[in-house]
Amino acid sequence: MLESIAVMFSYGFMARAFIVGILTSLCLALLGVSLVLKRYSMIGDGLSHVGFGAVAVAMALGAAPLAVAVPVVMIAAFLLLMISDDGSFRGDAAVAVISSSALAIGVMSASLSSGINSDVHSYLFGSVLAMSKSDVMLSVAVSVAVLLLYVICYNRIFAITFDETFGRATGLKVDKYNTLLAMLTAVTVVVGMRMMGALLISSLVIFPALSAMRVFSSFRSVVICSALVSAVGFCIGIAASYWLNTPAGASVVIANLVIFLTFSTVGAVLKTNE
Amino acid sequence: MPIIECKNLTMAYGSHIALRDLSFAIEAGDYLCIVGENGSGKSTLIKGLLGLQQPKEGKIILNGITHREIGYLPQQSMAQKDFPASVKEVVLSGCLSYKHRTPFYSADDKIKAAAALEKMGISDLEKRSFRALSGGQRQRVLMARALCAADRMLLLDEPAAALDPQASAELYALIGDLNKKEKMTIIMVSHDLDAAGKADKILHMANGCAYFGSTEQYYHSDVCHHLTGGGHHHHA
Ligand SMILES: Nc1ncnc2c1ncn2[C@@H]1O[C@H](COP(=O)(O)OP(=O)(O)OP(=O)(O)O)[C@@H](O)[C@H]1O
Ligand SMILES: [Mg+2]
Repeated sequence: MLESIAVMFSYGFMARAFIVGILTSLCLALLGVSLVLKRYSMIGDGLSHVGFGAVAVAMALGAAPLAVAVPVVMIAAFLLLMISDDGSFRGDAAVAVISSSALAIGVMSASLSSGINSDVHSYLFGSVLAMSKSDVMLSVAVSVAVLLLYVICYNRIFAITFDETFGRATGLKVDKYNTLLAMLTAVTVVVGMRMMGALLISSLVIFPALSAMRVFSSFRSVVICSALVSAVGFCIGIAASYWLNTPAGASVVIANLVIFLTFSTVGAVLKTNE
Repeated sequence: MPIIECKNLTMAYGSHIALRDLSFAIEAGDYLCIVGENGSGKSTLIKGLLGLQQPKEGKIILNGITHREIGYLPQQSMAQKDFPASVKEVVLSGCLSYKHRTPFYSADDKIKAAAALEKMGISDLEKRSFRALSGGQRQRVLMARALCAADRMLLLDEPAAALDPQASAELYALIGDLNKKEKMTIIMVSHDLDAAGKADKILHMANGCAYFGSTEQYYHSDVCHHLTGGGHHHHA
């Protein structure tokens, strides 16, 4: 067992996958708690689809994928936030329209230029092999920045998640922090998309938070548990993908699903015992 | 000089006028109760006083107090029904109103939060989960948060809606104490005429001002009889 784990890490790409994956899972899980509680979970989904569209267009035009995707997704984050804040059912529908349009544009531009080749495929479903050294550096830098900002703004993020109106009334810059949340999510989604796949990454935003909320009942414990669950889910998923030779993104999502079901059961048992 | 003065205040959502030509003034230490039918513009006035919404016409003048020095208890919403938060986290978040640069809570903030819980008589709930509390306990927690945010003035939007008679009587007693003992200025929206009886002043709204003055005179006025005798029952 230990030996085969050692062998797994002796592959450079697996070591890179673990570093980047754990960091991005942590970031997405932290941000996810607020997004889920604010009923913004669709934003994560929308952002990843926009990210894919941007990457596909960039590849078709021969531009650097991430250099195009990061600003495009940040702008999309801003728009999606404004639309979601509208509060009406139209907002919800608009997010869905934007995300499927972006996906369609991506698929179209990919098939018109080079066809759905392995690059496009890896952006859709993710790949551990796709990570280059510079991808790793970028991911680590972004994740560390996101984690630091999250910790510094933690108390304010709690306040705007719990009660925007009260925050506004007492002078908190609610819009500023909402935008920050959306921007941090945007960059993390783009960075994590490479490995997890555009279609699957948004589940990393939602699943850990949902799992944590089943069992824990203070914000801090939910945030911490969500981060741990996410990191553990990632490790289990990626290890499974290595041994079973299954796609990385899908394996991680399944691991998260199993954790979620386990936590739901534990939560239900705890509740009946209370 | 009045601490808050509204002059010919008109507020609107787009072209829909929510309240028209309202003028009144209250002094520091007053206990004002705002009454009126559903949709008469009470919550809109509260939003104006908090600076959350700009007047369409007229003015709201604050003397010697800023918007963020006003504590606020929102009209109950179901949004936080399942929110995972401890009572302590909720109450502490009130302290952010006066923290501008520092990211974390100081020892003073924690003392302040504990004192606010004490005043509301819920020190024992500190570690409990907000979502597991009763309606009355939740309102007290939110009051404690408002006390952390502000120690001179509180704005309460239907604090006792959805509470049983006993819990609402206790809550009104706490609010009365804050006014009498802590000398806080209180502005409270309520449908409950018994509660209104404890206030010094009454503002009766009907998309504008139908009555503004002392509580005693209010009970002899026509507007009051209209509200109690006209078949308008507003129970939330
Ligand atoms: N967000 C909004 N957008 C548009 N119109 C609104 C909005 N909020 C309130 N209104 C309208 O403004 C008017 C005053 O509403 P407001 O919420 O101030 O009433 P209220 O006196 O607080 O009622 P209630 O007793 O039900 O709480 C109503 O006609 C209402 O339909
Ligand atoms: Mg109202």
